[in-house]
Amino acid sequence: MVIGSARDIVEQAAVARFVFTDVPLGNPCGPPGNREDQRLVVDTALRLFDSAFLPRTTVQAPVHWPGHDWRASYMSIGSPDGRGGRSG
Amino acid sequence: MTDVEATIPPNHEDGMAEADGTIDPAHRVALSYIDRSRRYYASKGYEQPYRWVTNDSAPFHKPERAVASSRLAVVTTSFPVECHDGPRPAKSVRAVAADPPPEQMYTDDLFWHKDATTTDDVESFLPLRTLAGFAAEGRLGSLNDRFFCIPTTYSQRSTRADAETIASWCDDDDVDLVLLVPL
Repeated sequence: MVIGSARDIVEQAAVARFVFTDVPLGNPCGPPGNREDQRLVVDTALRLFDSAFLPRTTVQAPVHWPGHDWRASYMSIGSPDGRGGRSG
Repeated sequence: MTDVEATIPPNHEDGMAEADGTIDPAHRVALSYIDRSRRYYASKGYEQPYRWVTNDSAPFHKPERAVASSRLAVVTTSFPVECHDGPRPAKSVRAVAADPPPEQMYTDDLFWHKDATTTDDVESFLPLRTLAGFAAEGRLGSLNDRFFCIPTTYSQRSTRADAETIASWCDDDDVDLVLLVPL
């Protein structure tokens, strides 16, 4: 079972069970400080252990990141380090 | 968005936002990290794009026991802060006690969206407290006494070797389920 946010990378690699969390890379188990969302993501994973009956099963976790601006900025051409302008 | 980025035309077709911050429904919402990284490194002059692991199928086994009766171990691509020795952390596969859960993990060398979020909250990528809570409620049999850190490398061979090491540790610990959480 994988919990992750890079949907295309995980699905192309092919795993048995995948919980996709559509948030910026770094917080696949839910937004920082949001215990309710984090519990939802992990609960989704536990349910998938019991319910998946075929490999490559993807379930999207029912959590949402506020706003969509983050989507455009990741590895934007022109940013100095490819991660939206900050080093590290 | 920085001033520099605002002057550059879009270099991707996914994840486009309208001026008011809502998603542009004429484009794919979910990002393709494969496309983003290929275009980014090509713009930097790299001629050989990264070749991602690609499989047509995946092994699959139904768990022998229900989750409520199973022992679960977590695998993370982050490392304990104390492994950070000098400019780069010592990157070798390792087992770490899950109790007490770490207050911090070293993630600076990993690719995550550093302009959009933080990794200060360990539970957002290494959910040991959340899982221990489910175990206490009886929803999960138990959380393994240790979790496992696996280095991210460009070598599929070394990753396979690390995976075999972790699999043997899981056997030693009588682990039933493994949860892999890459950042």
